[in-house]
Amino acid sequence: MSLLQVRNISKTFGGVQALRGVNFSLDEGQLLALIGPNGAGKSTCFNVLNGQLRPDSGNIILAGRELVGLNARQIWQHGVGRTFQVAAVYGSMTVVENVQLALLSKGRGLLPVRRSTSHYFRSEALNLLEGVGMHIQADRPASILAYGDVKRLEIAMALANKPKLLLMDEPTAGMAPKERHELMQLTCNLVKQRGMSVLFTEHSMDVVFSYADRLIVLSGGTIIAAGDAQSIRNDPAVQEAYFGTGKTFEI
Amino acid sequence: MSLGIGDVLVQLLNGLSYSSFLFLVAAGLSVIFGVTRIINLAHGSFYMLGAYLAVSLTTLFPPTVIGFWGGIVCAALVIGLVGVLVETLVLRRIYEAPELVQLLATFGILLVIQNVTLKIWGTEELFAPRAPGLTGSLRLFGRSFPEYHLVLILMGPVVLGLLWLLSYRTRWGVLIRAATQDRDMVGALGVNDRVLFQVVFFLGTMLAAFAGALRIPVDTINLQMDLSVLTETFVVVVVGGMGSVLGAYLAALLIGLLHAFGIMIFPKITLVLMSLVMAVVLVFRPYGLLGKPEGAARKGILAIELPIKPGSLSFNVFWLGVLVVLLVAPMVVGSYLQTVLIEILILALYAASLHFVLGIGGLPSLGHAAYFGLGAYAVALATSLLGVPTLTSLTIAAFAAVVAAAIFGWFCIRLSGIYLAMLTLAFAQIMWSIALQWVDLTGGDNGILGLYRSPAFASITAYYYLVLSICFIAVLIMRHLVFAPFGYALRAARDSVLRTEALGIDVRLHRWIALIISGGFGGLAGGLQALQKGGAFPDGLSVSQSIDALVVILIGGVQTLVGPIVGAAAYFGVKTEIMRYLGDSWQLVLGLTIILLVVLFPQGIAGFVKQRAAR
Repeated sequence: MSLLQVRNISKTFGGVQALRGVNFSLDEGQLLALIGPNGAGKSTCFNVLNGQLRPDSGNIILAGRELVGLNARQIWQHGVGRTFQVAAVYGSMTVVENVQLALLSKGRGLLPVRRSTSHYFRSEALNLLEGVGMHIQADRPASILAYGDVKRLEIAMALANKPKLLLMDEPTAGMAPKERHELMQLTCNLVKQRGMSVLFTEHSMDVVFSYADRLIVLSGGTIIAAGDAQSIRNDPAVQEAYFGTGKTFEI
Repeated sequence: MSLGIGDVLVQLLNGLSYSSFLFLVAAGLSVIFGVTRIINLAHGSFYMLGAYLAVSLTTLFPPTVIGFWGGIVCAALVIGLVGVLVETLVLRRIYEAPELVQLLATFGILLVIQNVTLKIWGTEELFAPRAPGLTGSLRLFGRSFPEYHLVLILMGPVVLGLLWLLSYRTRWGVLIRAATQDRDMVGALGVNDRVLFQVVFFLGTMLAAFAGALRIPVDTINLQMDLSVLTETFVVVVVGGMGSVLGAYLAALLIGLLHAFGIMIFPKITLVLMSLVMAVVLVFRPYGLLGKPEGAARKGILAIELPIKPGSLSFNVFWLGVLVVLLVAPMVVGSYLQTVLIEILILALYAASLHFVLGIGGLPSLGHAAYFGLGAYAVALATSLLGVPTLTSLTIAAFAAVVAAAIFGWFCIRLSGIYLAMLTLAFAQIMWSIALQWVDLTGGDNGILGLYRSPAFASITAYYYLVLSICFIAVLIMRHLVFAPFGYALRAARDSVLRTEALGIDVRLHRWIALIISGGFGGLAGGLQALQKGGAFPDGLSVSQSIDALVVILIGGVQTLVGPIVGAAAYFGVKTEIMRYLGDSWQLVLGLTIILLVVLFPQGIAGFVKQRAAR
């Protein structure tokens, strides 16, 4: 049984059809990469999934529930965690406070007013930080972290809600090769430990081919190929979409 | 009253003439904002300077067509150069500073220009010579319409056309449009942005001064012109869309006609009507008629902040000491100093209540006076009409402000940044015009006088302790909320709305509640003020009352929770001292002090100390 089913999603901006009937599904415990050349529709697809854009037609079913028409907050309530392309954490708080706030969120209503924040979920937050290797830096201001650490903090925040699905928008953009592999290795470990699924977009092909269980290739708003790394690498349609003719992914 | 076709036609022409004038001022503001992203509160001051200088020049020059129009054009050009001077001396140094700091600097410039104008031209209203050759009137269906207004009507489209030519047919126009979209990119492409900003400032201030100069045959020239034109100009620019000249024209037409016909039908509430139109437009089109969403913000309204944490031991000991000093003060100092302390405490509470939404919530409210003034009037009305005791009247004040904040806040939480600032300003102006115009209830200009406190608080010392305890408790409550998860959610939304929503936190709900709490405490401060002064006055709802809170916070430093308190003491001290020793020069000195403070300490005093301590 697949966790997420994306059925026939279309989206038009003015005269540009960014998505033309996109269909795919994502199994539990799977790491699915959404790739494609610039302008293929990756970001549109991603923003439809996270509730920032409303598709013109189609359905998104997560564990039997429709997500189309829900806002970002409601999608979070249904168990979808999220990281941003440019990591967004709260610079005016410490690392552990960032995670405490994520743990405090109930998806509706006001956050507590009775006691100061330090009384809530500190040990749970430290546990989550330990899971991403950030507990040593727990009391540093988030604004002075190295970028790779900001990314890991963001993942810890996304995990606070015990998500079934984690959406990662270009998780390794702007990182050095060593950091990239550390981050993706961490992600793979978390997927195994927690039995969650991950859907991510990515430009870095070595990351995609090394870590994704399955790949979906978008081009011109439609899926032109889907499968494991090996089959995508050798797929002539994918090669043409990326390189025209004459080149391959092999260096 | 029956309206003939002549009346309607004349009002239509009046509306068009007013639109043209609004457009000229608004276009200048819009061009300056578009490129420099500075909310220029001194824009109205350049308009006023243009008018004053034009009166002098047209009187000085021979009373001929060339003399008159030469005077007008010269005035506009000279003031344009003054604008360049101001840009070069002050604003250039703070382009990297947070938006609210820039706003404060422009307020300092406003004060300086006010005072310089007063020194040069005096306090008397001025009357200008009428335009030679255009002194007659047209007859329209039995009504007369001054010929000069036809020139004004034409001036709007003419300037719009010229600006269009400049924008789309010249190299400077291309650069200005490019800089409006992304000034960093224009700089990166090798354009000398210093010169570009000077040109833009020249153009913007010249337009304002030209508008002021054009109005001299039809308006009296006085020292209130700067602020009175500012609100309407902001309304026009925001309704049209910040940075869009065509949008400003459409909005000026809308507002001008509304103004003209509003005067016919509801003469008393034109400003209310205007502000309502603005609120409605912004709810449906949050970026104005032709505005585009603000690009990815290069910087927030505030500087990047360090985490807040409860004060260190020495910090707490210091503030405990301050509290002890305040508690024993009445035993040592006389009633004059007690009054001073009361005023400072009230100012601190008022500023702290704004800081709660502005510093913590990141919501730049320019209209906090709405709650302060409302609280004052609520106390005054409750006391004079219902005869309730002091504590009850203060409760009523807080409650009234809470209700108003709930209503205004409902609109405000849909917006952010400059649009939010302008909408809050408009709401405050609504309240102000109601206070001025509903004379039967509010006493109009004179306000409501003769309030007495309950016998228990009649003595100045008793009242001092009441104010001290209310302010102390209120500040503690706000501090508690800031450290509670509720306050963290506010700061989270300030740092990143998208991230906060993606964490399942309802940003709008938290902001709405914060605005309500802030409004309530603001109203309480206003109520305390009314009981202190023995009356409620329209000034309590004015733009400068709103700006006062902003100045206090920015002097104290936005990043710190004690900023408003430090700022209140510093601001009040500086203001009263220079008022005492310098008489009518206080504006000049205060303005220069603000400018100097902003240029030297863009993070405020307490912020500066905190930064030094963090090293």
